Amino acid sequence: MIEQSFNELASALRRREFSSVELVSQTLKRIETVDAKLHSFITINGAEALAAAELADKRIRQGDTAPLLGIPIAHKDIFCTDGIRTSCGSRMLDNFIAPYNATVVDKLNAAGAVSLGKLNMDEFAMGSSNETSFYGPTVNPWDTNRVPGGSSGGSAAAVAAGLVSATTGTDTGGSIRQPAAFCGVTGIKPTYGRVSRFGMIAFSSSLDQGGVFARSAEDAALMLQAMCGYDEKDSTSLNAPVNDMAGGVKNSIAGLRIGVVSDYFDEGLDTKIAASVHAALAELEKLGAVLVDIKLPMSKLAVPAYYVIASAEASSNLARYDGVRYGYRADNPVDLEDMYKRTREEAFGTEVKRRILTGTYVLSAGYYDAYYLKAQKVRRLIRDEFIAAFEQVDVLAGPTSPTTAFQFGAHADDPVAMYLSDIYTTAVNLAGLPAISVPAPQVDGLPVGLQLIGNFLQEDVLLRAAHQLQQATDWHQLRPPLG
Amino acid sequence: MSVSHSDVKQAAHLARIGLDPVQIDHHLQDLQQILKLVEQISAVDTDGIEPLSNPLDAIQRMREDLVTESDQHDKFQPLSAATQDSHYLVPKVIEQVTTE
Repeated sequence: MIEQSFNELASALRRREFSSVELVSQTLKRIETVDAKLHSFITINGAEALAAAELADKRIRQGDTAPLLGIPIAHKDIFCTDGIRTSCGSRMLDNFIAPYNATVVDKLNAAGAVSLGKLNMDEFAMGSSNETSFYGPTVNPWDTNRVPGGSSGGSAAAVAAGLVSATTGTDTGGSIRQPAAFCGVTGIKPTYGRVSRFGMIAFSSSLDQGGVFARSAEDAALMLQAMCGYDEKDSTSLNAPVNDMAGGVKNSIAGLRIGVVSDYFDEGLDTKIAASVHAALAELEKLGAVLVDIKLPMSKLAVPAYYVIASAEASSNLARYDGVRYGYRADNPVDLEDMYKRTREEAFGTEVKRRILTGTYVLSAGYYDAYYLKAQKVRRLIRDEFIAAFEQVDVLAGPTSPTTAFQFGAHADDPVAMYLSDIYTTAVNLAGLPAISVPAPQVDGLPVGLQLIGNFLQEDVLLRAAHQLQQATDWHQLRPPLG
Repeated sequence: MSVSHSDVKQAAHLARIGLDPVQIDHHLQDLQQILKLVEQISAVDTDGIEPLSNPLDAIQRMREDLVTESDQHDKFQPLSAATQDSHYLVPKVIEQVTTE
């Protein structure tokens, strides 16, 4: 029954075909079997989930028709959950039990969604493959020798494998869209500031944004609708009306102007992926969308600008992990400096150290102007180029990732090659725009993502285009051959 | 701009990350590669361009200067490796001076 859509599950629950407690129990059993192989969960909170399901059943009996009521979801282990461990995929927070909920967690709890646990991720969301998780990586449900993508790899794999209906994720440089593409699910990163960052562990504060994985754009719209909105506890939260995402998906896309970004179809792109993405675009054209060629030459500067800005902000944000108030502390320090240095040496993984060192270097005296300030200027050029493009089109389109899911270890000795996996996604974060990855035709048995980028605050347009595409095609309905 | 072993050592010290010389060399190689990638932005003409720190040009929101947090010592302090009398404990930083 977990294979059903949100709307199907909600109406079955309302008709009492099964209760939320039954749905959650069955889902937990399935996770126990399937996830031994997949490793998408870091923590499963069965008892809390069953208690929440009982409450949901009570609300349903009282006639509450909230769309997510009683439906199993799970959170990326970057969202703080009161009383349940929040590790952020790191040894540093292996023992950390947050004393409060992230706003996203509170909002989904209030909506009646039932969280079954916390999902695997690259350490502190730094990675594109899930290989940097302290707990070992999630595997791709389509091919267990391949990565699920990252950093929200557990969130993507859990939805792809049908373990839960939808999951939360975060996207700093592609961490929702790339794993969504690699696992064959729908993943949306909203406009910067749409979803509260309160209680969402910070990596790069000017780029981080929470979002959603689901099996369809319609489900993603329902879930995102429940998560969006102004939050005074997040100083960068947007105080802007939230569009009717869930209701708007049914509208036609006739006349929608889609700019096909020619720079995203360069020599770095696998030709089979290019063909797949063009096939998806052709379907959108059949539905009445108008395809227009668009050039975004500044986008090629996004990865270098991104790695300066994200690393700089990470080095600053992660300074808080000093072993004093919470998290890991090294044993028997001889003095305070030894405590700081060994705590951080022992509890951070290699990629996190690499980013902190890069960030510290680009922010240090003598290099600040040449690297950090320069990257911020290039960031403005990249964003302004998008603003100009949106004067001509409603949506921009291209591939989500230059390859399908790669094999474990493929980029083990080459961090830059790993960073280039984000070549089509980082510009969107620098510009703060919303973007969605939706399944396109598979290549050699592996999922491919079509990326649609929207103008500021126009998540509803992206979800509508994605839903209309999914009404006309069945690429999003393919399921990996798991038990 | 070329980065050296001592630059990485200094960055590791500033970031308070303990690294042995072999690890420093490893990070040096990675940083050299990363900075080679970053060089691409050096060639861009950014004369007259203002740095962008918030993509929506938002500015820091102000609020009334009122206490909004409650005392949650009992909830927060059990998360620490060492506390005493509602203080966080760390290794001694001030040497004891004995006077004659």
